[in-house]
Amino acid sequence: MLLDDLPVLPVILPLVAAPVCLLLPNNRLAGSFATLVAWIALVLSAMLLHTVAVVGPVEYALGGWASPLGIIYRVDLAGAIVMTLVALMASVTFPYAIESAREEIVPSQTSAFFAMFLIVFAGLMGVVATGDAFNVFVFLEISSLSTYTLVAMGAKRDRRALTAAFTYLVLGTIGATFFVIGLGLLYQVTGTLNMIDLHDRLAGVDNKVVRAGYAFILTGLGLKLAMFPLHRWLPAAYTYAPSPVTAFLASTSTKVAIYAMLRFLFTVFGFNFGFIDVAFTFFLILGLIGMFYASLIAIFREDVKMILAYSSVAQIGYMLLGISFATVDGVAAALVHVVNHAVMKTTLFLAVGAVFYALGSHRLSAYRGLGKRMPVTTAVFLIGGLSLIGVPLTGGFISKWVLVAAAFNSVLAVPSLVIVLMIVASSLLAVAYIGRIAWTMLLEEPVGRQPKPVPMMMVVPMVLMAALTIYLGIDAATLVSLCRQAAETLLSTGLGFGGTS
Amino acid sequence: MGHLILRVTIKLLFAPIILFALYVQFHGDYGPGGGFQAGVTLAAAFILHALGFGLDRCQKVIPPGWLPVGMALGVLIYAGTGIYTMLLGGNFLDYDVIQPDSHHHAGQHIGIIVVELGVGLAVAATMLQIFYAFAAREPEPMDDAW
Repeated sequence: MLLDDLPVLPVILPLVAAPVCLLLPNNRLAGSFATLVAWIALVLSAMLLHTVAVVGPVEYALGGWASPLGIIYRVDLAGAIVMTLVALMASVTFPYAIESAREEIVPSQTSAFFAMFLIVFAGLMGVVATGDAFNVFVFLEISSLSTYTLVAMGAKRDRRALTAAFTYLVLGTIGATFFVIGLGLLYQVTGTLNMIDLHDRLAGVDNKVVRAGYAFILTGLGLKLAMFPLHRWLPAAYTYAPSPVTAFLASTSTKVAIYAMLRFLFTVFGFNFGFIDVAFTFFLILGLIGMFYASLIAIFREDVKMILAYSSVAQIGYMLLGISFATVDGVAAALVHVVNHAVMKTTLFLAVGAVFYALGSHRLSAYRGLGKRMPVTTAVFLIGGLSLIGVPLTGGFISKWVLVAAAFNSVLAVPSLVIVLMIVASSLLAVAYIGRIAWTMLLEEPVGRQPKPVPMMMVVPMVLMAALTIYLGIDAATLVSLCRQAAETLLSTGLGFGGTS
Repeated sequence: MGHLILRVTIKLLFAPIILFALYVQFHGDYGPGGGFQAGVTLAAAFILHALGFGLDRCQKVIPPGWLPVGMALGVLIYAGTGIYTMLLGGNFLDYDVIQPDSHHHAGQHIGIIVVELGVGLAVAATMLQIFYAFAAREPEPMDDAW
């Protein structure tokens, strides 16, 4: 019985758990409960991924109302991959947050903190699971609103978290408004909100209203995923949020927005829509600029968390670049990078959180000689850093490899070789900013007080993620072939081969 | 004892507003209305009372500690209905399985009324919480206050 409900369970489980968590006392119980929920959700998502990989996309009609009238959840391979990824990140960051939150959150807010964490989790899962365009907006807002709260909770250690959260709130709301205006325009033209139904009814329709709707939706999602000129909220929000929040957000929220973008580009609009190429041109140009601009800024920052936040903006450039090729290879490369970047960024941010726990600072100066004092954390950070650069035997190498291969195989306005050279050049910038931190950690003499020992609950998730980074670099075939299949499903819908494929 | 007219008016209006909120609440499954509007109306009655008679008296009736419980319970009632229908073998929020033998969809009526109760409770608690959060805020001393 419950197996039939598999597409909806990973979404409602955290949603129901959140209010329960709010009622729990402000101690370890709240965090342990949230962790348990995340683990169950991970198992459910993995089962869902397995089902989808074997039998194809699954549908679920909420309230028994069939599509296109009712709201349906529809999970295909791309969705199942992202859902499993989000659940995995939650399962790793929630136990880490139990200890970390004791340092970084006001104690009376502990249960509210974990309740918010669960709601973000539920919202992100919902965006991916749903097959209804308006439902995407609802879940996007559920996750965003709770994210603003989580970022603001960093105010215990640094009051700048409040302005960061407010900036994020204003820009995030503008993004959501753009998105919903776009949806309104599409609804006006087609009279439906079901994604597959939208796709069918939009076939052959190309007028100013649809084009405006398209532009609004892409801009709104662009804000949510921090596409280069719209990324202004991201560095401050990531820098001042509590460490586990940063680790979870960096690995999931922009990734889910990328997923929503893919959904709208290929499932809703598709290649029949003549105007679609405009987005690809923009993604190509903005992705490339973002890669260089954000990396260059990262090199000159003194705050390690800020460096990694700017690096996130740069990495989103790679994903947009992959999408802009508009080929199966390109989209697959973007999906591979979504997974790899999520894993490596969590590794890095968890390590940064451990340093913050031990020394109470994110400044680069606090990292002097850390290799001698906190060898495990340093090793974990370096593994994540190497993956960010794209060194072989790490996940980052695989995503760059797949991306470069996709660039060579696609016909673009810019010669492929130029794009490949730019990918390599921007990786060199990553060498510069990671190298700077690595130099400080390994080669400088330690100064200041002895770091506090980091509890096992924080070390284990961090080491697990570092191990996963390496695993994804060695056994990449599974992930790459899964992402390839996912991209094929996405693009075949986009090419108009029906919604059931 | 200032604001006499205001206070008398508030006393007159207080009960009818709550009655109207309940009407909107229970009318929701047949016509316009429902939990959200009812919750806001209900909270408005208490906010009005607090504006006229002071926050303390309002907080004596509804202590701030209850509100998170109200919000959480509201969501739980909503989601719990969905889970109940799932356990009965239907889809999430498929109210028909509550009364499968009914010919005029009694299950849908029961389901929506329970769900709207949850929404009403959550919304009323949230509105009051927002009001308490702003009204109970100690003004921060200005930089030049000393």
